[in-house]
Amino acid sequence: MSRAAAFLTRRRGGAGWHWTDVVTFLWLGAGLVIIFGPALWLVLSSFKSPAQLSEFPPTLLPYEARTVEVPGYDRPLPLYIVTDEGGTRTLAEVRRVGTVAQMVDPEAPDEVQRIDIANRTPVRAVGFSWSNYLDPFLRFDFLNYTRNSVFVTGMATLITLLTNSMAAFALSKYEFRGRGAVLVLIVATLMIPLSVILVPLYSIIAGVGLVNTLWGVILPTVATPTGVFLLRQYMLTIPDELLEAARMDHASEWQIYWRIVLPLTAPALAVLAIFSVVWRWNDFLWPLIVLSRQEVYTLQVGLNAYAGELNVQWHYLLAMTVITMVPVVLVFVFLQRFITAGIAGTGLK
Amino acid sequence: MGRIVLHDIRKAYGAVEVLKGIDLAIDEGELVVFVGPSGCGKSTLLRMIAGLDRPTSGRVEIDGADVTARSAADRGLAMVFQSYALYPHMSVRQNLAFGLQNTRMPRAEIDERIAEAARMLEIEPLLERRPGQLSGGQRQRVAIGRAIVRRPTAFLLDEPLSNLDAELRVSMRAELSGLHARLGATMIHVTHDQVEAMTMADRIVVLRAGIVEQVDTPLALYNRPANLFVAGFIGAPGMNLWPGTAGPGGVELAGGAVLPVAAGVALPAGGVTLGLRPQHLRLDPAGPLAAKVTLVEALGAESVIHAALAGGQRLLAVLPGQPQLARGSTVTLGYDPAALHLFDGAGQRLG
Repeated sequence: MSRAAAFLTRRRGGAGWHWTDVVTFLWLGAGLVIIFGPALWLVLSSFKSPAQLSEFPPTLLPYEARTVEVPGYDRPLPLYIVTDEGGTRTLAEVRRVGTVAQMVDPEAPDEVQRIDIANRTPVRAVGFSWSNYLDPFLRFDFLNYTRNSVFVTGMATLITLLTNSMAAFALSKYEFRGRGAVLVLIVATLMIPLSVILVPLYSIIAGVGLVNTLWGVILPTVATPTGVFLLRQYMLTIPDELLEAARMDHASEWQIYWRIVLPLTAPALAVLAIFSVVWRWNDFLWPLIVLSRQEVYTLQVGLNAYAGELNVQWHYLLAMTVITMVPVVLVFVFLQRFITAGIAGTGLK
Repeated sequence: MGRIVLHDIRKAYGAVEVLKGIDLAIDEGELVVFVGPSGCGKSTLLRMIAGLDRPTSGRVEIDGADVTARSAADRGLAMVFQSYALYPHMSVRQNLAFGLQNTRMPRAEIDERIAEAARMLEIEPLLERRPGQLSGGQRQRVAIGRAIVRRPTAFLLDEPLSNLDAELRVSMRAELSGLHARLGATMIHVTHDQVEAMTMADRIVVLRAGIVEQVDTPLALYNRPANLFVAGFIGAPGMNLWPGTAGPGGVELAGGAVLPVAAGVALPAGGVTLGLRPQHLRLDPAGPLAAKVTLVEALGAESVIHAALAGGQRLLAVLPGQPQLARGSTVTLGYDPAALHLFDGAGQRLG
């Protein structure tokens, strides 16, 4: 803790506040607010009730109305602080008609008072509406969506690693005519956005009968030029002598790939796995097109279902957005050093 | 088993010809050293034998069978690479076992062979370590061990000692020779270090620019180099080579010195090159060579004299003991005419 404090108050030269210290901290603080603010806002808002979400001005923290059990009433009644000619007191609301509310004093529940709603403010405490999170899983299909997303992400990542590493192995370790051309072709596909090939891709998927199946989402995405390029660049750094030693050691080409090259490419594979998980988990457009039955929705497509044409269920939408964000955030938090190392590794070498 | 014969091996990369027709026969159990300056094609030749590269033309035979078209794995050879090429993600034991597992050898036999090789190379305590945790010399042993466990027809060693420090190199050199004596297997050792070649080889193959210059035992190479290149390459410090013209009393150098040659050598008319090892020069007031000393390297047991002849040619002499010679003084040197090497205008040995 003290180290964190020391870090956060670090100054140039160690003593005194130079103007550059001030500017630096302001700049970094502004950056923190701009980058981290929206995410924090999303997380806090995801705990608000629908009524509170539509409130203006919005509050930063989620609040819940304090309620009280009053004898003679079935439901707990919400508490308000009333300030009028009768003084300031805490009353519970029984019902509200127009601008007038019928309220009782919890201490003396028999006497019903009529209060103008302009004269009262609700008693609230910070509280989280967990139902935003629980309902989608318990009452809607979100568990199923999550399962689908996990399957798509996991399977697509596995196949991506396998196929891309095989392509990269061939492109980095075998001399063959047209090798450069093939590589250029693969990298050139980076320039073609998904929206351009959407229609032909869909007709292929429809042609092989994969519409409305998870494999229809997985298969078109597994061959990524980025992955091939990243792995190839890494494999170029594996000395050829190792492969030759393996060849002298009676290893077949498959064994060289599987037992020598693949283990040595592990750092690059880790990077690609991270990227692939993030890409597949966040995929929206392609799953939206391929999947039209609820049972096969992935999380991202499922989220879309909360944004109806007439009515957006913001509280569920926000909560589930947080849920879908969590794996990606975790990946970045824990595997960050692999990512930076991998990106640096794909640079010129 | 392990007789390797090369027939007219040629290798070209595009228009560049690296090997220009190599014929060579290596006998069973022989330790042959390929030596030559860098870029002479010695490593390429080794890779041809190993099967890692295909010759453009020519034939490789092992024990009488033409293996030119066979893959490296099927030639029954083992190779030790310059960088050792140990698999960094496997333990030493796995490194040794890899080649045997690939041939589907039973587990028990693999263990037995590893134990035997480890004992022979004294790497038993290292078996569970990774190559990254080993020192250079230990890695070298593991690399040799990986070759030994295969029990190959022949060992191919591609500059295996060049990454070791000087002291370790000397001891590994002796160890490799000892290993060869114990295993009795054919070994082909590539090096650019002529001392390594001289000390280890049964026979030395001197290569230059893709051509075999001479194949012979180390002493024969030293005593009777076939041409100028071998004469200059073998021996340390290098042989004195002076151009001259044949005359009645011997060979006349540019500075006017006339050097007598051994009787019975027919001198051709025109230019010849004289070769004289520094060790064969001696102080002799009546000698034909007068030179001005430019540097004296006193090594204790012997002294290396750098000097210049009257014609400006440089002279190297290794004199026994510690002769008192000052820089700038003039020495007169003589030699035994029988020790003189003579080469014709094309660089080929005379006599």
